[in-house]
Parts: sequence; C-alpha cells; structure tokens
Amino acid sequence: MEKRVVFRSAWLPYALIAPQIAITIVFFFLPAAQAIWFSFLVQDAFGISSEFVGLQNFRQLFDDEHYLLSFKTTAVFSVLVASIGIGVSLVLATAADRVIRGALAYKTLLIWPYAVAPAVAGVLWAFLFAPSVGIITFALKQFGIEWNWVLQEDQAMTLVVIASIWKQISYNFLFFLAGLQSVPRSLIEAAAIDGASPFRRFWTIVFPLLSPTTFFLLVVNIVYAFFDTFGVIDATTQGGPAGATQILVYKVYHDGVKSADLGGSSTQSVILMIIVIALTVAQFRFIERKVQY
Amino acid sequence: MRIKLLTAALAGASLFATNAQAQTEIQWWHSMTGALNDRVNDFANGFNASQKEYKVVPVFKGQYPDSMTAAIAAYRAGNPPHILQVFEVGTATMMAAGKAIKPVYQMMKEANEPFNPKAYHPAVAGYYTDPKGNMLSMPFNSSTPVFYVNKDAFKKAGLNPDEAPKTWKDFAVAAGKLKASGQSCVYTTGWPSWVHVENFSAWHNLPIGTKENGFGGFDTEFKINSPAHVKHIEMLAGFAKNGWFTYGGRRNEAEARFFSGECAMLTSSSAAQANIRKNAKFDFSVNFLPYHDDIKGAPQNSIIGGASLWVFSGKKPVEYKGITKFFTYLSSTENQTKWHQQTGYVPITNAAYDETKKSGFYEKNPGTDIANRQLANKPPTGNSKGLRFGNFVQGREVIEEEMEQVFSGKKDAKSAMDSAVKRANDILRKFEAANKGKA
Repeated sequence: MEKRVVFRSAWLPYALIAPQIAITIVFFFLPAAQAIWFSFLVQDAFGISSEFVGLQNFRQLFDDEHYLLSFKTTAVFSVLVASIGIGVSLVLATAADRVIRGALAYKTLLIWPYAVAPAVAGVLWAFLFAPSVGIITFALKQFGIEWNWVLQEDQAMTLVVIASIWKQISYNFLFFLAGLQSVPRSLIEAAAIDGASPFRRFWTIVFPLLSPTTFFLLVVNIVYAFFDTFGVIDATTQGGPAGATQILVYKVYHDGVKSADLGGSSTQSVILMIIVIALTVAQFRFIERKVQY
Repeated sequence: MRIKLLTAALAGASLFATNAQAQTEIQWWHSMTGALNDRVNDFANGFNASQKEYKVVPVFKGQYPDSMTAAIAAYRAGNPPHILQVFEVGTATMMAAGKAIKPVYQMMKEANEPFNPKAYHPAVAGYYTDPKGNMLSMPFNSSTPVFYVNKDAFKKAGLNPDEAPKTWKDFAVAAGKLKASGQSCVYTTGWPSWVHVENFSAWHNLPIGTKENGFGGFDTEFKINSPAHVKHIEMLAGFAKNGWFTYGGRRNEAEARFFSGECAMLTSSSAAQANIRKNAKFDFSVNFLPYHDDIKGAPQNSIIGGASLWVFSGKKPVEYKGITKFFTYLSSTENQTKWHQQTGYVPITNAAYDETKKSGFYEKNPGTDIANRQLANKPPTGNSKGLRFGNFVQGREVIEEEMEQVFSGKKDAKSAMDSAVKRANDILRKFEAANKGKA
C-alpha cells in the first residue's frame, strides 16, 4: 500500500510553497512573458517609441544566415562539451574508483574545478592560451603550431570547449563516482569468475548499470552547454572570431544587452525557450525509455 | 535608490547644518579604469572642493556598453544618472533618444552659463553636434588612431629609424625588410574597423556611408565596399599572407604585442601612448597613419574615438545648474591641459592645446601632438567629420567579423566587404524603423 503524508490544513501546503512559487513567478514567468511580448515589438533602446509588428522580428531572424549559423555553432559546441565532458569524467571516475592509496586526495583534486566560477575558468584558460603571451601558446610554437584564436575559428572553438569541459568535469565525476560505488561488487566478481575481462565487465555490467546516471548527466550537460557556458565565452572569445563561438544564448545577451536591440534579442530568447522545452521533452520521452533503472 | 538619495541628502543636511541648503548630488556614471579612473575621481574631488553647493559622485559602471545599458535600464525604470559617459559608437543611439536626454547646449542656455562651442576642438565637437550646429553632449575623452614604430627594430632591419613609412607603399618595403631581419611579428593593429575602415575612409576622404556618414539622417547606407576600400583590405590580407601582418583582436589587445617588442609596427589609439611609454623597453616613435598616395586628396584628416558626457532629462533645475558648473570646470584650460598631458587624450579645447604647446610639452615628449595634428590635418569634409550610424555597436562588429574572415583566408576582400555592407545596412534599417519619426 502506498504511504502518503497528507496535510490536513487547507491553506498550509499553499503557504509553504508560496515563496517558491513567488520566486518562480517574479524571476521566471514574468521576464519570460515580457520577452514574449517584446518579441512582437519594434522599439528603440529607451522605450520611448514602440510599435507592434507581429511576426516581423521572427521573419527577420530566420532570414539572417548568421542566426542560422549560430544554431549550428551551438549544436557543435553542445555535442562536443557534453560528449567529451561525460567521456573524460567517466574515465576519471573509473580510474579513481580503482585507486586504493590516496583516493581521497585524487577525488578532492578532481572536484575542485567545480568551485571555480565559469567566468574565472574562462579567464584562466584564456591566460594559458593567450595569443603571444600564453604558456601553452609558447609551447605550441615550439612544435611549429601558430596559435592565434582571435583569428582562427577552430582554435577559438577548441579553447571555449576545453574551458567549458574542464569546468564541468568535476560535476560529472562526482555523479559517476557515486554511480560506480553503487554497482554491486558481487556482480562484478561473478563476471570475473566466469572469465570476463575487465573491459568486458565494464561494458556489459558497469556501463548499463550506470545508464541512469549517464542519462541524467547528458541532460544536465546539454543544459550546461546551452546556458551556463555564457561566462566562459564572455570572458574569452566574446563570440568571435567572425561569430565562430557565438552560441545562441551569447547572441541573445549580445544583441539585447550590448546592442540594445530588444526586439531581436527577445525573439531569440523566445526561440531558445522553445528549443529547451523541446529538448527536455524529447530527452525524457524518447531517450529515457532506453535507460535501465 | 530613492531611499539612498534621501539618506544621503539627510546626511548632507546634518553635516552642513549651518548651510540653509543641502548639497545637490550629481551622479556621474563612467567607464574609466585604472589610472583613468583616478583622473575621473580627481576631477570630481577638485570640483567638489572648489564649491559647496554641488557634489559630483563618479560611479564606475563597467565597460562602455555595460554602463550605457545600465543607464538605459535606469531610465526605463525612471531613475537615470545625471551624467553618463557614452562611447562614440553609441552617439547615434543617444542622439535618437529624444526626450530622454537633455542637450548640453540647451542646458547651458537655460542655466545662463557662458558657453562657446567654438572654443572646442572642431574635430571633436563636430562629432557631437547636430546638423543645426548645436552641441548635444560634452566632449570628454577623445583619441584618434596613430601609427607607432619600434625604432630599434627598424635599426636592426637596416631601416632609417627616424623615418617611419609615410605611405602604404613605403610600409610594404619596410615590412619586407623587417621580416627579413627576423622580426617575428611585423605589424599589428588595434580596433580593426575603427582604424582600417572608418579612419581609412576619413583619411582618404572617402565616404563611410551616405548622408555625410549618417549625419544627415537615419536613412543612410554604408559605402565601405568601394574599390578603394576593397583594395585596402586586400592589401592587408596580402600582408597577412606574407607574414607581415598579425591580427591582434578587435579591441586594444594588439598594443601589448607592440610594447612587448613582438610586433615592430602598430596602428592603434593615441591614448595607448601612456601605456606604451610605461612598458616599452625600446625607442619608439608616434606618426601619422600611412596613406595611399594614389588616392586623390589623401591624407585628409582622421576622426576621433572615445567618449562624451550625456545628460539625462527629467532632473531638477538646480541639478542642471550643478551639471553646467561641473562641465565648465571640466573644460577649463587648466584641467584640460592636465588631462591631455596625463592621459594622451586629445585636449577638447583649443586653449588647452595652445597652452600645452606654449609650455614646451610637445618638444619634451615627442609624438604627443601627433593625434591633434592628424585630426586637424585639413578642414574636415562631409566624409571626415565623423560618423553617426544607429546601432553601430552591432554594425562595427559585423564589419569586424567580415574582416576576420578575409584575414584568415576564408573570404576574398570583395565578397567580405559586400557582405559587410549588406548586413550593416540591415542593422541601419532596423534602427531606422525603431526610431521612426524621431529624426
């Protein structure tokens, strides 16, 4: 039988969730509603003249090939950040799980980067990779590689991907480590007795049992790549060169805050909202089914 | 905010209990960092000490685009600062702001403050003047791109260190020799669009856009894909291919590459001089920008960058009175002379320039007068008095994006400049639509 705690009071449950609801309304629903409203307007920066233009902002946006390019950039960026980030963390977690001596030290060190703010992470990596003065730039030069991400698009992308992944590895690592520790030892031992190689044991036992964790991390990492990497990009490439690292959320900020184009920026954030809702629904409806719990 | 003002006013009242009237506070939002921030505070402190009625409070509000956004948001919320420092590319947006701003000439007139627009440097004041000749904002920090040369590197390459290349032809000869002498980076530039498109146009008396570079109305269009423009960008792309030109980024990142000795030549803001002088461990010279001698009329004059001070509307008359007093204080010859000599910015008044010249400052510090002389090289034409394009923050970035694609070899100069014009024009049309009926 299902056991449930039920509030007898008619108003208490509502009162208890009221603060949360209030915060959600003030900081999410109201701005979101305003963005939707602004996306149908053309207005000057000061809000002195504003005119309802229907879907014109949307039409203009989809006529802009650079906006469409930003979609591609975002897709490439998110896939790189999520897949490499998850992959590397899994390797690290598996390794840390097997370490016997000094495990705590390894784990602590691996968790540290999570405490670093994205903007700071961006600045750190930008220093290391700074064209002309960065340490890594200097090292690359010894190998004959000309490193100048202010001009080379692939290099700029590499830089923001590395900085974003580095920042997120700790988070992924923690979850994978917890997941690994909950894999029953008996299963692995049984497989070992049957003669399965460590690699085989990992793929047929550990990895499937980790799938809920992996799925959860996939969702979190994609959302992270979509939104939280803003600080990294703002602190390093600022979307350049030639828009090569201008992901959707950065373009929203750039057009709205830096260029005072509120209509265009609101339109983009509405589209972004739709994408995120669609992505989340898709992830839970289609991918989650394949995940074993 | 209102509570803060109130408490400030109360605190002021109790402090100056002997005064019948409390001090009027004037908020000044700016974007000056480091040593420049100190100079801004000096101005405010000096003014506050010079009289008792008003108190100027300078507040650093982040980089130019950030402080502008913050002030616009504050205006929309009904509580903007009194004075806002706005960079030159934001000028058109501020001019179109209509009732949100208080034009400086009008404020001066209403406060009966003696104010002579002719006293200001024409190349500077012209930038902030409307078609009727009224000065809308107060010039503050103005600079112009100049050409820096590492004399030691020139010597090493067997070039005459006292003779910087005058034309781009001379430049190419020098670049070849520098490269051959083992110079790892021959030339770099800060602010690529400002230097190689906007100032390139003015310096060669070519239009950046129609309608006198946008001075004549919002229905302006860019003209930066002319054969001369394309040829210039093509030349730079060729330099990049030869290893003579290293792209340094959209802002002033390139300056560090020059003063570290990595790059032998640099075009960037005249305001970089103080920093270069402080850091460079070699002998350098400051020169006029190179020009193309096959373009008739070149060199014309260069145009400014930097920022001016805008005043918001809806404040009390007594506050405007205070702002006028402060602006008069800022423009005084003594303060302008100091500002110019300490920062490398152009003096905004003619008197400050004359004063500096008389004092022998330019002889003692060669190169510090180049910016001024270059701005005043010839009387400005419709092509060279400045530019006024709506949403030019975006417009300039579009131009820079296209230039980057040329320098990285992804696009040829012609198609990049065509695309820059098309995209930047779209931005202008958007601005025009958003500001309909306000021209």
